[in-house]
Amino acid sequence: MESFFSRYKNVLVLIVVLLAQVVGLAVQIRHPVPGAPETGENRLIRYWVVSLISPPEHWVHATGSGLRGLWSNYAYLRGVRRQNRDLKAEVQRLRIEQAGLLEDARQGQRLQQMLSFKEHYISATQPAQVIGTSGSDVSHVLYLDKGSRDGLKPDMPVITPDGIVGKLKEVLPHTSQLLVISDQTSGAGVVLETSRIRGVLRGNLLGQPEIVNIARDDRIKVGERILTSGGDGVYPRGLPVGVVERTIPDPEHDGYVAVVVRTAANLAQLEEVLVITRVSDQMPALEQQDINRSAIEVGPQKHAADILSERLPGLKDPNAAAPAVGAAPETTGGDPGRPPKPGVSLHPDRFSPSAARPANSSIPLAAAPPVTPVARTGGAVARKPAAVHAGATAGAASSDPSKTMPARSGATTGVTQPQTVSGARGQAVKASPALVGTTPGTTAPRKPRVVSPDGSILEPVQPKLQPKPAQPKPQPQTAAPAAPPPGGRL
Amino acid sequence: MVLLNAHSRRNVEVHSFSWMVSVLVPLAALGLQAYLPLHFWRFGIVDLPLIITVYFAVARRNPIAGTLTGAIIGIAQDALTARPIGINGISKAIIGYLTASIGVRIDVENHGTRLILNFGAAMLNSAITLLIVHHMLAMEAPWSWVHELIRSVVNALLAVVLFSLLDRAKRED
Repeated sequence: MESFFSRYKNVLVLIVVLLAQVVGLAVQIRHPVPGAPETGENRLIRYWVVSLISPPEHWVHATGSGLRGLWSNYAYLRGVRRQNRDLKAEVQRLRIEQAGLLEDARQGQRLQQMLSFKEHYISATQPAQVIGTSGSDVSHVLYLDKGSRDGLKPDMPVITPDGIVGKLKEVLPHTSQLLVISDQTSGAGVVLETSRIRGVLRGNLLGQPEIVNIARDDRIKVGERILTSGGDGVYPRGLPVGVVERTIPDPEHDGYVAVVVRTAANLAQLEEVLVITRVSDQMPALEQQDINRSAIEVGPQKHAADILSERLPGLKDPNAAAPAVGAAPETTGGDPGRPPKPGVSLHPDRFSPSAARPANSSIPLAAAPPVTPVARTGGAVARKPAAVHAGATAGAASSDPSKTMPARSGATTGVTQPQTVSGARGQAVKASPALVGTTPGTTAPRKPRVVSPDGSILEPVQPKLQPKPAQPKPQPQTAAPAAPPPGGRL
Repeated sequence: MVLLNAHSRRNVEVHSFSWMVSVLVPLAALGLQAYLPLHFWRFGIVDLPLIITVYFAVARRNPIAGTLTGAIIGIAQDALTARPIGINGISKAIIGYLTASIGVRIDVENHGTRLILNFGAAMLNSAITLLIVHHMLAMEAPWSWVHELIRSVVNALLAVVLFSLLDRAKRED
């Protein structure tokens, strides 16, 4: 027996070593969650190996960075001033763009609040240097120079300003292992920006990220942007991932395709990355300050609804003539309850609204009458003394009583006395006070309507009034019934 | 390739290394393997731990030492990746055993033998890795004959250079 062991000890040692490792592999494969952080012996082995390897890498990287810094800080300062100017211009441009998008963003936030949607903002990041790789071309793993003592934890997302890079897998005190999105064991929830198709991003055999198990869809176009969907619970929603490079048929699933992605971040030349250490549902104070500053500097921006109304086809006739100068404005200043203001006449006369004198000036030797309470009777409105009030507000500013427009005054104020208007066939009819005029509370002007005794609706006479060069002195005179002038109509 | 007969096998040179060399050289190989692809991504085709495993195995001419050396270096290499630990450990343990056993029988001091030995070791390493990953672990594994041939040639050429450098660190027992 002893000779057997001594004779085959080499083979026996080999078998024992292989057997132990096979058992170890079997234990690792039956790990409940693939890709989850390991515990126990494996983590201990990784810990010791990384602890042995990473200090020289730290040292080499620090030396290299120091030499590069020496060059860039002291010997390569020629373009710094120009670069600074370019960067300032870029900051200004980005600030203007940011302010332009501000209204849309706020509108989106309001809608999200209505839907009780929790937006996640990146509130804290930790910059880290890449100091090493896995050393294997089939395992896309990088090592960072920051660890748990810097606040890093497993599953924290890692990004660059260009896009996502991966997530932390193992975190040691001074070093952490970054699983890049091009690795086969990685995974990230993504969404195509335009077609809104969702999928899972992972690395393929060649080390290219691809979105797998997507049903064939013609809407997927080359160059379409890909963003994180936020559904994986690791990456915040809306971070750039890359663009669609091409689609390839899935050999294992008929009717499905895999979308090969060209990543936004340059995964082959990573030197510095940002680890997202905290995500909150409140916008960071710094970001809020920046937005406010942009809004103040750039000035008031258009509302999203205004921009939308400009982009959408409107009801304006492009062939319509341009409005005349001084025409009444179409809008009422955004308040639909206010009546439109009359425009400025080209040839103002005494009947022009702007030429109306104060009401008390039309009553000789009389101050403005006190406002009398309004009495409502059966839905109609009565007010007295009507004559004074009517003349005060209407175009009765004219001192000539014959030119007074009783119907018009009634239209705006309400008339209590019977007024004579020209009826059909030229006879004079009396307008019922209950039927003439409008309710004083009504602000929108209405065309006056008078009902004749025979039930026909009469319109007030619009006499042709000739502007007078000089305003005659007001003389007390009995108001005569307004005769229908030539050309006047009912 | 020179086959050793019974007489010459007794006179075959068995080398040993100081503990510093035995520890620092594999660590340096692992460190360089992890660091250099960061700046030269094509360096990923090189397998420095494999070359070191072969060198220590053929220099010591002891299959047990070769097995253990290969297993330790392979496990350390696996620990740096995100893959299960043991893939490279198994393959390099086998390669350490085989190359040490071959070193007992053939003269591995000349460059031609070293070139062929390392080429075979690199191809065998890829094959064993494919076997473990694809058939044992049921994971997807890339395989391209052209790529593996290029990898083996590159590693064999580099091994000849490195063996010459490492020969200065060995001491004859």
